[in-house]
Amino acid sequence: MAQGLSREAKQGLTIVSPALIFALLLLAVPLLTIILFSFWTQNFLTIDRTFTLENYSEALTDPLYRALMMRSLRISASVTAVTVVTAFPIAYFISFYVRPEKKALWLFLITIPFWTSYLIRIFLWRVILAYDGPVNGTLLELGIIEEPLSWILYNANAVVITLAHAFAPFAILPIFVSLEKIDRSLLEAAKDLGEGAVMTFFRVTLPLAMPGVLAAVLIVFIPTVGDYVTPRLVGGSGGTMIANMIYVQIFDLSNRPMGATLAVVAMLTVTITLAWAILHMRFWVHLSDRVGGGVAGLALAGVAAAVDIGILWWLFNKGDAWFGPAGTLGIMAAIMVFGAVSIAVLLPKGRWGI
Amino acid sequence: MSEPLIAMRDVNKYYGEYHALRGITAEIGAGEFFSLLGPSGCGKTTLLRAIAGFEEISSGVISLLGKDMAGVPPNQRPTNMVFQSYAIFPHLSVKQNVGFGLRKSGMGVAEKTRAIGEALEMVGLGHLGGRAAHALSGGQRQRVALARALILKPKVLLLDEPLSALDRKMREDMQVELMKLQREVGITFVLVTHDQEEALVMSDRIAVMFEGEIAQLADPEVLYRRPATKRVADFIGVMNFLPGQAADGTLEVAGLGQVDLDGTFVPDGSVSGACSVGLRPETLTLLADGEAGSAREASGVIDEVVYYGDMTYYDVRLEGLPEPVRLSMRNIVGRDVLDVGAPARVAWDPRAMVVFPD
Repeated sequence: MAQGLSREAKQGLTIVSPALIFALLLLAVPLLTIILFSFWTQNFLTIDRTFTLENYSEALTDPLYRALMMRSLRISASVTAVTVVTAFPIAYFISFYVRPEKKALWLFLITIPFWTSYLIRIFLWRVILAYDGPVNGTLLELGIIEEPLSWILYNANAVVITLAHAFAPFAILPIFVSLEKIDRSLLEAAKDLGEGAVMTFFRVTLPLAMPGVLAAVLIVFIPTVGDYVTPRLVGGSGGTMIANMIYVQIFDLSNRPMGATLAVVAMLTVTITLAWAILHMRFWVHLSDRVGGGVAGLALAGVAAAVDIGILWWLFNKGDAWFGPAGTLGIMAAIMVFGAVSIAVLLPKGRWGI
Repeated sequence: MSEPLIAMRDVNKYYGEYHALRGITAEIGAGEFFSLLGPSGCGKTTLLRAIAGFEEISSGVISLLGKDMAGVPPNQRPTNMVFQSYAIFPHLSVKQNVGFGLRKSGMGVAEKTRAIGEALEMVGLGHLGGRAAHALSGGQRQRVALARALILKPKVLLLDEPLSALDRKMREDMQVELMKLQREVGITFVLVTHDQEEALVMSDRIAVMFEGEIAQLADPEVLYRRPATKRVADFIGVMNFLPGQAADGTLEVAGLGQVDLDGTFVPDGSVSGACSVGLRPETLTLLADGEAGSAREASGVIDEVVYYGDMTYYDVRLEGLPEPVRLSMRNIVGRDVLDVGAPARVAWDPRAMVVFPD
């Protein structure tokens, strides 16, 4: 062992070991505990430590859990879409229109929301979106609406708005970095070769910024699926997400094994969904390249994506009749994992860093 | 020259206070290989980018094919550019790069594929079409950039220091290839370079620029043998400058003696008083021991020897001159390379002298 490690490897291990130990104690151990708990059951005040899959069976078949998980995914997807779509123009503006010496200042300004507590920011949104809050007040005053809007607070929309605001800097920064890395002479070359501003954007800028966009998608999507505070404070009953149910199970119903099971299921769902999405994107891009890109490539990739998503959508909605709720989810997971793994094995890593 | 393809009249460009182009006036003909040559910061790239449409000029007119280009964006000009960085799209394959500009050409898929194949063939990359652009060497990237521009059949191809990133051997090969390519396609090439050798080798005509102005516009031989100013003479190749004194049709050259001013070249037409007398190294001859001399001969001591294989450069300290003069000799059979410190006789010719006023 001693002579098996080079000097550099030893140095490296020494440098990472504090973080490694920290991560092991505070991440791996709790995670393993949760996984362990998920196979046990609560017996009133005590925990029954017999191994069982009962919790999983309940988690996958109970329509309530299923609805909450789907809603979490849907809200997160909306948050991600809203965040990335609004962050892109900001990142673009800073990268392309702000003078180089002012860029650092702009990035600094973007982090200003972090100076206030996350909780306070959520409460502020509660005030802003309230029935008698400034948004409704202004719209009423301007005569745009007759009576205050009720769909902007205590439902899923409020969760999307609040989370999109909170995660904006996390999306702006990676997109900004990828835009900064684009050699400006590439944009001049596109113009020189006959393209105007719009087509230059779609043919050069956007494809080259995709690694940043995808990074932003991951950075926003992963933590928002499991967000607990925001839906609790602004979500009302219609905006409740899976993390709120986990809380209820563990603290209100004192059913820690069920809470642990839901946590594991949520984790697996996010992992499988993302692995499926990213690797299938690699596949779609590959298909598009096969026919030389352009409109034909876009069309082919679109058709492939529609088929891939369609199969899963059909199973999710109609599969219960044949396979039962748990069976359907199992088959979906199997298809997604199988597809992702085969693409990972068969197709080399392509562009966009995926 | 036929109808000029590019006409520039009194072109000025300011960056705030900085005057980058100062009254550039020049015409470039169809099918010409034209070079803008100058040290960095002389405005040559700015002028090229103004022709391409990437820089708006502050005053003056640039017209292409007789049409004023003011306000015409780069994508609507009959020019294409090979960028200094080559600007190869890293997310596209070689074929996709070359075919990038064909979107609006109205060609069918088969036609495009054929055009791309031909363009790649033309630059000698027929076998590389499927490769990803980021997997190319410097020379290959340059060829892709060339193919990508030429496939659009522009009236003018603009090249911004295209060879500066290549190693010496590759650069020399590419010089010849670019010349061949230009003759083949018959379109006008405008090349920006700081390398005087490159400009001399490739160009039909060269505009030498200093500080935003054209100092001299001529073909390579005239530039080399009949430079208009001392600065041009110094920038192009190597030139010895000997202090001189001109009066009444005669020229007294320090270290060499008196000559008739008529037999020399005086760019300004006439000169009197203190002047600099330019002599290229190859117009001076080192005489071997016992070799018959001529009337025009000076003697001195060899100060430095630089051996190049085919040539040897000598710095010779002549009597009566503060600085040594540089001369070059071909290393032909039977001629030995002399050593530092050896006595030397140098033959010279007044016809090779270029006289600049001080």
